[in-house]
Amino acid sequence: MEQPSELSERFAHGDLDAFETLFRQFQSEVYRWIVRIVRDHGLAEDLTIETFWRIHRAHARFDPERSFGAWARRIATNTALDHLKTSRREVELPEDLPGPALGDPGVQRDVRERVGQAFRQLPAKLRVAATLALIEEEPYQEIADALGISVGAVKLRVFRAVRLLRKRLKQLGVEP
Amino acid sequence: MNDHDKEIRELLKQSIRPAKEELQRDLWPQMLHRLEGRSGAVPWFDWALLALAALFLMLVPSTIPLLLYHL
Repeated sequence: MEQPSELSERFAHGDLDAFETLFRQFQSEVYRWIVRIVRDHGLAEDLTIETFWRIHRAHARFDPERSFGAWARRIATNTALDHLKTSRREVELPEDLPGPALGDPGVQRDVRERVGQAFRQLPAKLRVAATLALIEEEPYQEIADALGISVGAVKLRVFRAVRLLRKRLKQLGVEP
Repeated sequence: MNDHDKEIRELLKQSIRPAKEELQRDLWPQMLHRLEGRSGAVPWFDWALLALAALFLMLVPSTIPLLLYHL
């Protein structure tokens, strides 16, 4: 969703009403993006607030000619990544998130748990790239834009994540 | 990418489901609370200046009457 440039300009000049309008327009989009990364409903709400707090503080650096949504998504990604890097708490994996049933009933619960455990142990940067690319199946270009890196760098992170995951799973006794 | 990597990707997809969650409520009230809370907060730089001034007065107490005279 794009906003009129007048609104962007007012926001860039620190207008709180413009910020509120943009917040209401983009809060759902920012939340959806963050929840895909952190996979926790409450945490995603907190990080959405934190994202918009950063956006509010950085209003003077926003270029009204550019897309607010893309800028917000990039800040949201950095906010979620910062959280994953610093938090000692393990991120909940989707057992408690509503969604479609898992595809293959042949994959036993025990194996799924070990995959989840190994996945949580991945470095944050690799985990975010792998989550967005492999689980959420977001286009590589969108992931690259959100992370502020090239498509090639995203592919490299996903490749490294898969390799590391395979190594960890082997240590846990899971070999596909 | 070799076959082993493809199998890992498949296993991952089968083990962790996508998070297709929507925002259930408007977060603006919390955002406003955060904005109001922070706008009344004293910046850390002001606290640092105050601490420096207090330290100076403790180290050189003879300047206190001079300071009071100018106030």
